[in-house]
Parts: sequence; C-alpha cells; structure tokens
Amino acid sequence: MAETPPEKKSKYTTDRRIPGAFEGETVTRRRVIGGSVQLFGATATAAFLLPSLGFAVAPLFQKHEPQWEKVGALADFPDDNYVPRVMTLNADIGEVGKTTVYLRRRNTEYDKEPADQYNQVVAISTRCMHLGCPVRFVRASARFICPCHGGVYGFDGMVDGGPPVRPLDRFYTEIRGADVYVGPRFSVNSELERFSPRYPGEELDGIGQYLYPSRPTARKLPGA
Amino acid sequence: MPLKLPKPPIPDALNPRPKRPGDPTQGAKPVDIAKETGISAADWVDERLALTQPARWVMFRKIPRGTNWFYTLGSATMFAFLSQAVTGVFLAMYYRPDVAGGAYESIRHINDDVFLGQFVHGMHKWGSTVMVILICLHMARTFFFGAYKYPRELNWVIGVVLLILTFTMSFTGYLLPFDQRSYWATVVGVNINGTGPLVGPFLNDFLYGGPDFNATTLSRFYAIHMLLLPGVIAALIGAHLWLVMKHGTTAPPWLKPREHENGHAESEYAAVNGGNGRNGGNGSTNGGHS
Repeated sequence: MAETPPEKKSKYTTDRRIPGAFEGETVTRRRVIGGSVQLFGATATAAFLLPSLGFAVAPLFQKHEPQWEKVGALADFPDDNYVPRVMTLNADIGEVGKTTVYLRRRNTEYDKEPADQYNQVVAISTRCMHLGCPVRFVRASARFICPCHGGVYGFDGMVDGGPPVRPLDRFYTEIRGADVYVGPRFSVNSELERFSPRYPGEELDGIGQYLYPSRPTARKLPGA
Repeated sequence: MPLKLPKPPIPDALNPRPKRPGDPTQGAKPVDIAKETGISAADWVDERLALTQPARWVMFRKIPRGTNWFYTLGSATMFAFLSQAVTGVFLAMYYRPDVAGGAYESIRHINDDVFLGQFVHGMHKWGSTVMVILICLHMARTFFFGAYKYPRELNWVIGVVLLILTFTMSFTGYLLPFDQRSYWATVVGVNINGTGPLVGPFLNDFLYGGPDFNATTLSRFYAIHMLLLPGVIAALIGAHLWLVMKHGTTAPPWLKPREHENGHAESEYAAVNGGNGRNGGNGSTNGGHS
C-alpha cells in the first residue's frame, strides 16, 4: 500500500528508455511476442476443439428425408378396430430401429379433424407420451395402456388418465393405389392439431409448443 | 541428504538394532550393501524429483481430535471409483458398442464364456451401486458434521459436481448391456431430460445423436461413459483431495474446546495443519479469559 500513487509511466517506449525503441512506439516487444504466443496457442486449440465440438453437435442440425413404408392393402384395415403393424424407423440398427404402429381406416364417427390426403388411414404410434414406454392397444376396453407408469389413452389416442401430457403421436399415411404407406411421425395437441414431432413428456397445449420448440432434425411434412 | 522417513509403528524389539561403532561387520554383509544401494538409488531419484517434501505433506498430516470411522467414507468412495476404473478397463477389452446385436452379444460372451467374466462384470455392476451409496453417505457426513463451512465451501461445490458426474456415469453405463431393461430405462431417462423447457429437446438430440434412438446413440453413451467422464472425475478427485490436504479435516461437531492449564480455551481446530483452520471461534468460550 503505497502512500503516494506510483509515478505514471509514459506510454511511449522511447520515454521509458527501452533499448532499441522507435519514435512514437507504444507497444513493447515483450507484449507483442507474449500476445502472439497466446494467439498461436488459441489458434491451435481452436483448430482441434471447434471441429470436434461441431462433430459432436452436428446431429442436432441434420435433416432427415421422410421415409415411406408399405404396411399392407387398404382392405386389411377395419375402421372400428386397430391392426398392429411392425415398421422400420431406422434400417441400420436391427430390432432397435423397429416399432409397432396401430392402424385403422378413418371413421367419421371418431375422427372429427378435417380430412386430407394424410389421414385416410389413422396410424397411432405406440410411444407413450409420458416418458416413451411402448403402449399396447387393449381390445376389450378399446384403450391404449402403458405398462410403465399407468398412462391410459382412449380409442382415438386422447389421454384418458395417468401422467401423459398429450395424445399419442401419429404417423402420416397415404393410400397409393390399393396399398397403405406409412410416413414420418407427427405430434398432436389435445385438439388433434398437427405439430412437428416432439419428444414424450413435452406438452403441446398452451405455451407448451413454445417451451418445447420444434427441432431442425424433425419437421412436419410441408403443407400438412 | 539421505532419506529419513518416520519409523513404522511396530514394537521396539522388532526394529533392527543399529550396529555398534567399530563393529567390523558393519556395512560388509550383502544385506547391508543391498540396503545401501537401495537407499542411494532412492536418493538419486528423489534428488531429481524432489518429491519427499510433497509426499510428507500429503501423508503425514495432523488431524483433529475425535477423528473417527465416518472420516473414511471419502476414501471409500475413491476406492470404489478406482475399482470401477480398473474393472471398466478390462470390460472394455471385450465390450463392443454395436447397436444391431453386437453389444448384447459381447456382454453375453463376457458373462457366459470369459474366465471370471461374470465376476468382473458383477464387480463393475454392483460396484457402481456401492459407489453411489458411499458418495451419498460421504456427502451426508460432510453435511451433518458441518465440514462444508468456511473455508471449505469450494470443496463442497467440487463434491457436488462429482456427485452429479457419478450419477451421469450410472446413467450412461446403464445402457451398455443393451438388453430390454437398459434400452427402455435409457429411453425413459432421456425423455425425462427432454422435459426441460427450451433446451430439453436439443439436449435429447445431442444425447441420441439425432432425432431418435439411432446407430450412434450407444457409442455416444459408451464414449461419454468410458472416455470423457472418468477423466473429468479423476481430475476433480485430485482437486478435491488437494483442498482436503490444504485445509485439513474438521473436528466432529460434538467436540468441545479443551481448557488449557492457563485457562485459555484451545481452538478445536488447533491441531489442523497449515494454519488455515477457523480460529474465529476462540473468543466464544464463556469468559474463560480473565
């Protein structure tokens, strides 16, 4: 703790009598060299760190082309009961990439949402909207029931009870000739409005759709 | 300077007797020569590393009165981690993070075919539970003994990070056997993570390495489990231990300050090494100064 403030040094190197100083020079060579060494170090670090980080987070921005899979003839599917079909979501990973989908033809008695080319056949995902366990359709009660934490869904996939936060996801379907094709997944809110796919446990009613934004990896079909 | 370590705590009768001066056999026996050689070799190394002082600082510390078995929970947790590290290295020699059946098959191979495979796998599997239990007990000990207070708050923070990393290890390791239980537990766990507002969905994409469970998810979990986290945990354990040595350990809370003959109260932390103990409590003893 000095009593008097230290004498202020001149910013000019010539005034500070540094050997070899130039007229008007304010930056010492020590600072230039020290700064360059740090800059080189930072560049070298960035050169391996940034590509690695990019490599790790790249899947967040990768777009996936919609896949369509034939699941049977239109005549296979009744309009008052579900038929299970196993479809492949990811062909590279064997059994893990497969999932069960429940299908039935559109029935105006249950399906009040506007008809278009994608919902002539209703395809319900078996992924529970609580935390993602596989639900099963129980014919006797006409409900989807989850084995993990007791989620129950009605015939149209709307939440009847338990912890799920939104109705069961669905898949786009298309009728091509006499065959039914199942396309990518979409999520629905309690009005059965279509949203781009969300993870289970993410609400879509109210501000839910903003709290859980749609991701670049999984978008709605354009125009759907 | 020759090495001088403290005597081992054994009865005097068992200690070797020093040779009398002038004894003609002094230094002549092969065992003496071997001893001399060993000491000079150790001296040669120590002269270059200068590790004796730091090693003494680490190993021969003063500890407060009342130190008891509860103080071993931290070391126990560290040994559980070391056990996980060693068994994990050897499991990695057989394990294959292949989603399309290879991972499950390699675990089956370890359990059914490899000599002691089921044992080493079992050590790793149950050891993880042991480590979680021990780290929680250690945390409870620190909390109830008030050992997190000044100046040890930063060590508490490091400990909490270690606790979270231990849970992350448990979570990422759970997927690796890749049976039904692993798969669905991971799906549920990742989806719990996804319910965090705004960032949750993107964290899920990061964990899965895509919009859904896919071919790289298992290898991601494997890399995080065996490469990323063990290094971070080991480094943080080092920092944790260094701070323990720097601050010393605390006395148990039930210990009262001891009265000296001259009537002055001794700080309960008087025995703590390094002068960093809390001395602020000295004046609080019901007017013992007069």
